[in-house]
Amino acid sequence: MKPLSDTDPATPIADEAAANPVAGIDQTKGDFQYKVDYAFDAGTGLTEDTVRYISTVKKEEPWILEFRLKALKTFLRKPMPTHWATKDLENIDFAKIRYYLSQGQKPKRTWDEVPDDIKKTFERLGIPEQERKFLAGVEAQFDSEAAYSNIKDIVAKQGVIFCNSTEGLREHPEIFRKFFGKVIPTGDNKFSALNSAVFSGGSFIYVPKGVKVAQPLQAYFRINAENFGQFERTLIIADEGAEVVYMEGCTAPKFSTSTLHSAVVELVALKGAKIQYITVQNWANNVFNLVTKRGVAHEDAEIKWIDCNIGSRLTMKYPGVVLKGERARGEVLSIALANDGQHQDTGAKMIHAANNTTSNIIAKSISVGQGRSTYRGVVHIPKHLKGCKNNTECDALLINTNSRTDTYPAISVRGDRNATQHEASVSKVSEDMIFYMQSRGLTEAQAMSLAVNGFINDLARQFPMEYSVELKRLIDLEMEGSVG
Amino acid sequence: MSQLEIKDLHISIGDKPIVRGLNLTIQQGKVHAIMGPNGTGKSTLAKAIAGHPDYTITEGDVRLDGKSVLAMQPDERARSGLFLAFQYPSEIPGVSIANSLRAAVQARLAEGEELDATAYYKKLYAKMDLLKIDRKFTSRAVNDGFSGGEKKRCEILQMAMLEPKIALMDETDSGLDIDALRIVADGVNAQRSGPSAPGIMLITHYQRLLDYIVPDYVHVLWDGRIVKSGDKSLALELEAKGYDWLKQELAPATA
Repeated sequence: MKPLSDTDPATPIADEAAANPVAGIDQTKGDFQYKVDYAFDAGTGLTEDTVRYISTVKKEEPWILEFRLKALKTFLRKPMPTHWATKDLENIDFAKIRYYLSQGQKPKRTWDEVPDDIKKTFERLGIPEQERKFLAGVEAQFDSEAAYSNIKDIVAKQGVIFCNSTEGLREHPEIFRKFFGKVIPTGDNKFSALNSAVFSGGSFIYVPKGVKVAQPLQAYFRINAENFGQFERTLIIADEGAEVVYMEGCTAPKFSTSTLHSAVVELVALKGAKIQYITVQNWANNVFNLVTKRGVAHEDAEIKWIDCNIGSRLTMKYPGVVLKGERARGEVLSIALANDGQHQDTGAKMIHAANNTTSNIIAKSISVGQGRSTYRGVVHIPKHLKGCKNNTECDALLINTNSRTDTYPAISVRGDRNATQHEASVSKVSEDMIFYMQSRGLTEAQAMSLAVNGFINDLARQFPMEYSVELKRLIDLEMEGSVG
Repeated sequence: MSQLEIKDLHISIGDKPIVRGLNLTIQQGKVHAIMGPNGTGKSTLAKAIAGHPDYTITEGDVRLDGKSVLAMQPDERARSGLFLAFQYPSEIPGVSIANSLRAAVQARLAEGEELDATAYYKKLYAKMDLLKIDRKFTSRAVNDGFSGGEKKRCEILQMAMLEPKIALMDETDSGLDIDALRIVADGVNAQRSGPSAPGIMLITHYQRLLDYIVPDYVHVLWDGRIVKSGDKSLALELEAKGYDWLKQELAPATA
């Protein structure tokens, strides 16, 4: 429980949190927290000592510590991106964040070995019955470390490696090191540098040549301590002709002070491989969710990001695909819902770097009340390429007149042998539409919920069954809260 | 047997009074045609009873089976047995007819009670057969890109599924050609028999609809009041002589 560094030991918040991590927490509206004994805790604030502490606790190789320390310097040097992004970023107080917290547990192998309080947490997360039976195959992250994992035994029979990033680094350095930090270099942006300095948790997956993983690999993430930033690092490599689907769903309890979540996810799809990465993000409304996600698709490979952002105070996330090999395909399907006090700043990046590559972006955003959603997209097709195609669609739905939506598509297509098309629309849920549904017996909230679900329906249909069910439930909850 | 009682009803839009002292009682199983020239408050009456927020009821009462509905939200009114078939139904993009109806049926169940999906579809298909509607129809998004006739059929199907005690049908004939009109009228007539047949307030500007849906009563709405009531022959008389006839007939009385 003792902070290793003395960055800011006198801060009352830090003291209070150290004494009782559950203090002052509003446990209403499905936000909840169970008391957890943190065996390892790096305290608040970020210095070289914090980074050394994390590396020591994780018993890391010297090269990783070097990597982290270099990243810390980059992080400290880089300015905040507030010249184009929201000024809200300036409200992050890096000195008050906890950068590492672990229960000091080894990842569990069977459900029986999972502590009861963690099981309770999963129950409270409302994982549907249908998914619970999948739980035997769930890699679940509880705070910094995976608290549970046993699917690896099942997929290991196919030669698939599925573990947390710490274990990946320790036991599979020969694969990890080759790809780690290559898709998203440390200096890509300030928050990728931060993650590179203090990362812990996240998944490491390697699928060998030609192996098609039959069931989706799942991970649940959850923040469970006040002022605690979660910095997962995920690396997924699908070797030639391999196929894998990865799902992450996030929920977090409500905290009295802001929390930072800053993940880095790197995907590598080698020749002819397919990776699908699905996220349902429902962080509490005080979480800054600043995530860098990118994949490289080699020849004939395909990378598809399905990205739903419902929660958080501010999300900035633009999943990208670098289309490196001929005929590679990239796709981003994105849904964002911004309620009062929320800003969903999301989008996609498609970097075409070979002939005959294709990319598709479909982004739908919903703004409720004072909620704000922003679409930012980059599509780049250089002049020397031919046969490249891009399709971009962004649709926004406004629920109230004071909602806000912005679209910043940057599409640069050079040369005359490539094609792109772009469509954008903004629509509103009108009073008449709500009255129409109410006159059928639906409450105002149910009516809004139905309208919103209709708006995203064509996208949601592409999701796995249990995720579209969960998404629908989340939207229902959001709409309930939005009606006065 | 359910009934809707409208007592001395006054309705305003903003400060402007539209309906001024209207009395009418509709019994379940009976069809009351409400006729009248444009701008006399026919649609206002239907929407206000259904609870549209743009209309203010300044005086009087509307009671369903003795219970006032005026303090209820539009959805509560619907769940207690009122149904409004819209003149201009809204589009709900991305929501199939089957799903929206399912949500409406679910909304009528008690808290915590789950809808029996098999029974629901069985009933839906039975109603569609009754109304001669193709099975593919309900997988389309509600009113999205529908023709005028399709929109009205969609309203009639919803009415059949939700089995209201009282249906308020607002200009159901508007925008329909003669074939579509006949189909829609058949749909309404199919619901007129049986113990759960709703009482219908059938709002129309033209007598033509009443050739297909023969009313039990005809009321003429003029200047926010019902000025004349009769049986179906009143509609024919109006058709033959025009509303001007009525105006002249009423002139001495209202002067």
